[in-house]
Amino acid sequence: MSRIASVLSSLESSGRKALIPFVTAGDPDPSLTVPLMHALVEAGADIIELGVPFSDPMADGPTIQRSSERALARKVSLRSVIAAVSEFRRSNTGTPVVLMGYANPIEAMGVDAFADAASAAGTDGVLVVDYPPEESHDFAARVRSAGMDVIFLIAPTSTETRIRAVGEIGSGYIYYVSLKGVTGAGHLDVSEVARRIPDIRKAVGLPVGVGFGIRDGASARALSAVADGVVIGSRIIEEIENSPQDEVLARVKALVGGIRQAMDSREAST
Amino acid sequence: MGKQDLPADVAKSSYNYPDALGHFGPYGGTFVAETLIAALDELRAAYESLKDDPAFRAEYEYELKHYVGRPSPVYHAKRLSEHCGGAQIYLKREDLNHTGAHKINNVIGQAMVAKHMGKPRVIAETGAGQHGVASATIAARLGMECVVYMGSEDVKRQAANVYRMKLLGATVVPVECGSKTLKDALNEAMRDWVTNVANTFYIIGTVAGPHPYPMMVRDFQKIIGEECLWQMPEMIQRQPDAVIACVGGGSNAMGIFYPYIPYPNVRLIGVEAGGHGLATGMHSASLTAGRPGVLHGNRTYLLQDENGQIIETHSVSAGLDYPGVGPEHAWLKDSGRAEYVAINDDEALAAFHRMCRTEGIIPALESSHAVAYAMKLAATMPKDAAILVNLSGRGDKDMHTVAEKSGIKF
Repeated sequence: MSRIASVLSSLESSGRKALIPFVTAGDPDPSLTVPLMHALVEAGADIIELGVPFSDPMADGPTIQRSSERALARKVSLRSVIAAVSEFRRSNTGTPVVLMGYANPIEAMGVDAFADAASAAGTDGVLVVDYPPEESHDFAARVRSAGMDVIFLIAPTSTETRIRAVGEIGSGYIYYVSLKGVTGAGHLDVSEVARRIPDIRKAVGLPVGVGFGIRDGASARALSAVADGVVIGSRIIEEIENSPQDEVLARVKALVGGIRQAMDSREAST
Repeated sequence: MGKQDLPADVAKSSYNYPDALGHFGPYGGTFVAETLIAALDELRAAYESLKDDPAFRAEYEYELKHYVGRPSPVYHAKRLSEHCGGAQIYLKREDLNHTGAHKINNVIGQAMVAKHMGKPRVIAETGAGQHGVASATIAARLGMECVVYMGSEDVKRQAANVYRMKLLGATVVPVECGSKTLKDALNEAMRDWVTNVANTFYIIGTVAGPHPYPMMVRDFQKIIGEECLWQMPEMIQRQPDAVIACVGGGSNAMGIFYPYIPYPNVRLIGVEAGGHGLATGMHSASLTAGRPGVLHGNRTYLLQDENGQIIETHSVSAGLDYPGVGPEHAWLKDSGRAEYVAINDDEALAAFHRMCRTEGIIPALESSHAVAYAMKLAATMPKDAAILVNLSGRGDKDMHTVAEKSGIKF
């Protein structure tokens, strides 16, 4: 069983939901990436999505684009992101790490080189935003053969046929995009998401994480009532953006810890 | 011109791209987030049902004839040819279209598709402003809401076109992220589309983006080459020896190349923006100096660094200032059917001035790249050879850029 599957199944048996924070590697500074990952774990993260910066993050909103730009200004590359995973693994062997990014940096490195290096570093999953299932059969096979999960997005507009196709090619978990828009948007409709998730989970046979537009403990708590996990990205990036560098770790930890508490209090109250 | 008129080697042509998933060989495809897939599926289905529909075709042709002013003439640039001292240069006058460039051919087609799909709002990205002006024009013509995304750098460079769009009732949104040019405008338009997909149609201005855009835009632009197929024999009793067009995203080039693909004796030459020179790294020549990758929904040649980050491009002409290129051009390059070369800023400006003085035609700086290469090539060819250049737009919009280069302030 993969590290992702075993974490999600042990959460399930204890009745808890996965908290999956997203941070962009190298933002605000490459020296803070690994400490930030440890801080996320201490604050209660179950899985970390580590963003690989890209110059043209088409599916992301302005917040994550700015974090990409800050990281790229500090010369962060896919290779240095993989190196950060490797460093994180020296003292953490339990928390799954998913690399999330766009196709071009991977293709520039070479799919084989990427799969081997990412896997050797201790990466557990890969989510390539602009590789939909129909364009990624070879890639998914290669990543799986390197022992990593391939995570796909499902959107509110995805048809039943596509959801089943994603279920066949994906593994680990499914990332359900909770709204029509880009990351960090402000029009999340929790009841609409709640309505969709049971069918999606049934169709894909995988745990379902929900992300895009989740900004606080209340929305995280509401969504963890229906989903298997909650992804929070832009809100954390905003905290990073608005903190002096020496306070980044403490403030992100406080934010994520608060969200963890909100999610768990739901579980305690049910 | 019917099939029976084609030479035997032409009729046998087996060029049949893209495939059902939008691939041109290894290029093209649908490299987008799942959030856009449904919108693209909806568009593909609508376009498939409309493209051969006689009523839709008739409506499109009516608009091209009466609103755009087609067919655009082919013009023998005699004095320019004499100046070069070799082949005869012919110009396909897309600059004479309504709104002053080839862009309108595509925009009319897409706006009609939008109307048939019941989308009241259109969005567009623009670099030089020509596609934005064309989109704003059609939106006004059809009574649709229009929002145009434009890099804030381009907003500064193309102030007159920004004002034109506003006169036509469009909202122009300056894009401040990334390099603040065309590619960032495209990112921002995609974000708008994914957010407002229920009532919004995204009019892409070039033969790039996810399937079906490269195919659809080519189909709406191929009227350029189709007209040349009968106009050239009318003028010189044969097809030209070479067809030359500038390539940014590549829509005017695809429009004139596509009908000529089955004619093996006609060289197809795309001219990219060499900027300050390929050796300086400050250029926009994706096919000549880039390598394949994935951007804006398709696999194609890109200008990128060793880590796969898209790099900033340079060209004196905003319309060529794009780090990618349509995937069909990538395939025509690899398959050897078309050749791609680069022309520097200085060479394009010299051709611009030469065209003004010898022919009384002020060409767009984009088109001046094609003219510059045609002048070079003509000089190496005999006087009875024929070169057809796609004069894709007029240069009125470039007055301030050219004046500035000449040290003149208005």
